Amino acid sequence: MKSIMTGLVAGAALALTVTAASAQQGSTLAQVKQRGVLNCGANTGLAGFGVPDAQGNWSGLDVDYCRAVAAAIFDDPTKVRFVPLTAQARFTALQSGEVDILVRNSTWTMTRDTTLGITFVATNYYDGQGFMVRKSLGVTSALKLEGAQVCTQQGTTTELNLADFFRKNNLKYTPVTFATADETRSAYEAGRCDAFTTDASGLYSERLKLSKVDDHIILPEVISKEPLASAVRANGDTQWANIVKWTHYAMLNAEELGVSRANIAQSMQSTNPEIRRLLGVEAKLGEGLGLTNDWAARIIRHVGNYSESFERNIGAGSPLKISRSVNALWSNGGLQYAPPIR
Amino acid sequence: MNVIANASAYVQATALPQLPAPSSTKGPVHWVRQNLFSSPLNTILTLLALYVIATTIPALIKFYIVDAVWTGANRDACLSEKVGRQVGACWAFVADRYQYFIYGSYTQAERWRVNLVFVGVAISMVWLLWDRVPFKALGMMFVFGVLPIAAWMLLYGGARSEFWFLVVSAGLIAWSIWGDYSALKMGEANAFTRPESLVRYGMLGAMLLFGLYVQFGAGELPIVETGLWGGVLVTMLIASAGIVFSLPFGIALALGRRSKLPIIKMFSVIFIEFVRGVPLITVLFMANVMLPLFVPQEWSPDRLLRPLIGVALFASAYMAEVVRGGLQAIPKGQYEGAMSLGLGYGKMMRFIVLPQALRIVIPGIVNTFIGLFKDTTLVTIIGLFDFMKTIEASFADPSWATPTTRSTGYAFAAIFYFLCCWGMSRYSISVEQKLAAGQKR
Repeated sequence: MKSIMTGLVAGAALALTVTAASAQQGSTLAQVKQRGVLNCGANTGLAGFGVPDAQGNWSGLDVDYCRAVAAAIFDDPTKVRFVPLTAQARFTALQSGEVDILVRNSTWTMTRDTTLGITFVATNYYDGQGFMVRKSLGVTSALKLEGAQVCTQQGTTTELNLADFFRKNNLKYTPVTFATADETRSAYEAGRCDAFTTDASGLYSERLKLSKVDDHIILPEVISKEPLASAVRANGDTQWANIVKWTHYAMLNAEELGVSRANIAQSMQSTNPEIRRLLGVEAKLGEGLGLTNDWAARIIRHVGNYSESFERNIGAGSPLKISRSVNALWSNGGLQYAPPIR
Repeated sequence: MNVIANASAYVQATALPQLPAPSSTKGPVHWVRQNLFSSPLNTILTLLALYVIATTIPALIKFYIVDAVWTGANRDACLSEKVGRQVGACWAFVADRYQYFIYGSYTQAERWRVNLVFVGVAISMVWLLWDRVPFKALGMMFVFGVLPIAAWMLLYGGARSEFWFLVVSAGLIAWSIWGDYSALKMGEANAFTRPESLVRYGMLGAMLLFGLYVQFGAGELPIVETGLWGGVLVTMLIASAGIVFSLPFGIALALGRRSKLPIIKMFSVIFIEFVRGVPLITVLFMANVMLPLFVPQEWSPDRLLRPLIGVALFASAYMAEVVRGGLQAIPKGQYEGAMSLGLGYGKMMRFIVLPQALRIVIPGIVNTFIGLFKDTTLVTIIGLFDFMKTIEASFADPSWATPTTRSTGYAFAAIFYFLCCWGMSRYSISVEQKLAAGQKR
């Protein structure tokens, strides 16, 4: 559901930003260290990715990413200033230097990567458009939705993806479109259509708002690519891009090697050379990032590995209960693949 | 003569007791006839209205009160399948989140500072708005001088704001002593001991002592970034900044627009027309999305301060036009009368023109205030967490995702905004009636 408008607004601002972005002097890491706090472009509220609790503390997969970067730099996950950004403002805020990184469920696309003066770094969640149907319908695959009425939101890329998918597979369907996500969900619940489509992460949170959650299933097919990635300014500061990139990879490597927040103390004693390199016990890999050698150990100690963050925020440990599927490690058949730390 | 003498037997010597009015002109039946069924059109409208009420109100009461869930720790409390009955509004969600709706993400241990500011605002409202509280001039000083600085120091914290707080309180005390000293010189023997001065010194002294205590006794207050502020706090800040600044600025702009001095007049006209020519959303976007592109990062003002200034300027332009309407309604004779008494421009405006003009435009002023108060919700689109946005952000929380969370949250917002706006409107009516007492027939 990435609105087409947001790209236009951000694009229009680009002409003004080329000069402003290049005017930024000094390395981003030095600026962040001097400021003593990481400015992180965040969501204004999205289930599982960034939501406030009763005391106003934010949590979520994207929030954890920012905290992990802060942990790597400061050894303190609280040294983050979250700047909530609307979809229209997010890229300009990054270009203008108001935030140091943008982790705000932004889809990595070629246009954004090449024309907005920003560069995408690492995909922390592979999203994509999916379908939700009633269990009673007896459908187990989107390919069996022949002749279905499908509820979707107007003017979003979902509508286009839907048309493409059905045309490609020679299936007939009737789109039923609505202005807002709420209307769309209500119509689906009222039985005005057989299937409900939006991005998979959104499907899980919309499903929670239905009166009988267990009567609905999410079909396995994902019909579009929505890699949600972190982004930094494209100003040639590769050190900063590397820090943000390797923060995510460190969390993935930690999961792969079985290093978690729970066992970090024992893992520091491990004899496994891969774990020793990851945690900075041997080799001086952190220096290459301009950080200390225990940078990854800090991330895991304060935030945890990718699996811990995933399960806590959107997976089994949360009401959303999103399955790992494409976000599983490559070794488990997913897409999350981190280059080795050596 | 004879006829008359005989006629006296037919004349009633004493007044008859009054008969009750015919039942058709009083009592509930009459009221209903008079007010609800006085003509075929009214009858139709009444029946229509009754139908609408009968179809909506019971359903609303059932949803929001009868079927509502009042307590609970998470979404399970508001799910029909878990509770085993039909579930209406999920007030448990509001009960769980009310602190977030009031303070946003403001550091929990520091929330007493916000409470103190709320108390200050309450005191200032009573002081200025309730006509039986004395020392109005002092109240003005409190609201426009002491409160904004004290509130900023408390809410933001940090050594620098405390330093300025001390400087300002010392300055106000010096200014106050100087004022009383001049009054003494002018022949007011008890200039330092009159009740007004005592209250003033009490207030300023308490302020100075508090500043000194925080600075040297308690240690500096930890800084709470404005990015963490939210909820009612932000709504109140934006609305009160707009209300407090728009009235004086608006009056100045209105006078400027009617001024004979060309530069002042031109500036006022350009400002008013420019601001009225752009939507508030544009101003807010400009402030929070575009401004950082032009201004170096170190110079650019705080993310919360930018929309505060934007809203205040925006409201001033509208206020200026409202006040100008009042100024135009004052007959020329009033100006001429004032001038023939030898009053200068300042005194003429202060004593003759503005009191009459402002009284005329009270409905317009309050209208602008209410509009401004509701427009504060627009700051959500630039990522500020006002009251409305804190509620909406909470909808995203999967631990409270239920079919009725949204309708409950919005109902709560509606109640809050209605009470605030209705209060403003009732207050303005009472002021209008009081000021118009001399004109009642």
